[in-house]
Amino acid sequence: MNRRALQLLALVAVSALLLPTAASATCVAPKTSLTAVWNDLMCPSCHEPLSVAQSPQAIAERDYVRHLIAECYTRAQVMREMVAQYTTSVLGKPPASGFNLTIYVLPPALVLLGIAVLLFTLPKWRARARAAAAASIATDGTNAGDALSREDAERLDRDLATFR
Amino acid sequence: MRRFMVPGLATFVAIALIAVLAYGINTQGENTSIDSQVAHGHDPLAPSANDALDLLGGGGKASLASYRGKVVVMNIFASWCTTCVGELPLLENTQRRLDGHGGIVLGVTYQDNSYDAGQFVAAHHLTYPVIQDINGNLVRSFGTDAVPETFVIDGTGHVTAILRGPVSGRWLSRSVRQAMAAPRA
Repeated sequence: MNRRALQLLALVAVSALLLPTAASATCVAPKTSLTAVWNDLMCPSCHEPLSVAQSPQAIAERDYVRHLIAECYTRAQVMREMVAQYTTSVLGKPPASGFNLTIYVLPPALVLLGIAVLLFTLPKWRARARAAAAASIATDGTNAGDALSREDAERLDRDLATFR
Repeated sequence: MRRFMVPGLATFVAIALIAVLAYGINTQGENTSIDSQVAHGHDPLAPSANDALDLLGGGGKASLASYRGKVVVMNIFASWCTTCVGELPLLENTQRRLDGHGGIVLGVTYQDNSYDAGQFVAAHHLTYPVIQDINGNLVRSFGTDAVPETFVIDGTGHVTAILRGPVSGRWLSRSVRQAMAAPRA
């Protein structure tokens, strides 16, 4: 009986030792969730966000993220691990370095360039238009007001008065 | 002179944009130049042969160059690829036949994480070495954009056969025999 009790005690002791190990394998309080990260991750082969992609690779990737979350990884750790395993091609927003820099630099640069071109050319166009108008008046030797006869002017005044 | 400034600037911007686009397409696009060379019998040297990559499950690094002198059956696969599973018995059998006879099967992971790849290798009892091409440079240089794909490289480091799709026993035997017949380094 004593021997059996000792065996039972040993079994309980071994179980107690193993229990924390088993508990640490799955995270009791996960630090992030799949839905918190999947919009920022891509399926590298199908070039779709992980939240919508249904390819075998995307399914495997989502399972891997679930596995990492179950290992108590934080959001930042999940992202780092995914980059380590799949390179930066797994990121929804590529890092602003190398050729990817063009994604961030080119659009604002083009907008600024467009604004600069407009600022440079618009005043010139307007000045040119004004100069052309002035030149046409100068060559006519008259202006629109002088061209009206007294009768026309009176009729115009009468017409305008009806609209008041 | 000043009147040409705006059109000149616009032309420069347009050319720059086209150049950026061309560069992007060139770096992202698939490379199938080795296919045509192999098809015409001009076996090209295996690209990226000196790229040392991590062996799955530890054990250091390996490159294609480290197997120079041996016929290498390089199989590109992924653990999430269901088609890849079907060819594993054939590849494992080839590895058993080649081992000790101047050849080796070499697995290369494609867009896969090491955990899943490790589980896959263990589950299917693969005995041949597997390297992890995490940045994808090796597979990209072979023009791979889908799995499975298999390349046979002779002892001198030349690609002698390419199969973009699942392997068959007949193709594998013929390609390995052909590579074995090629002169060794």
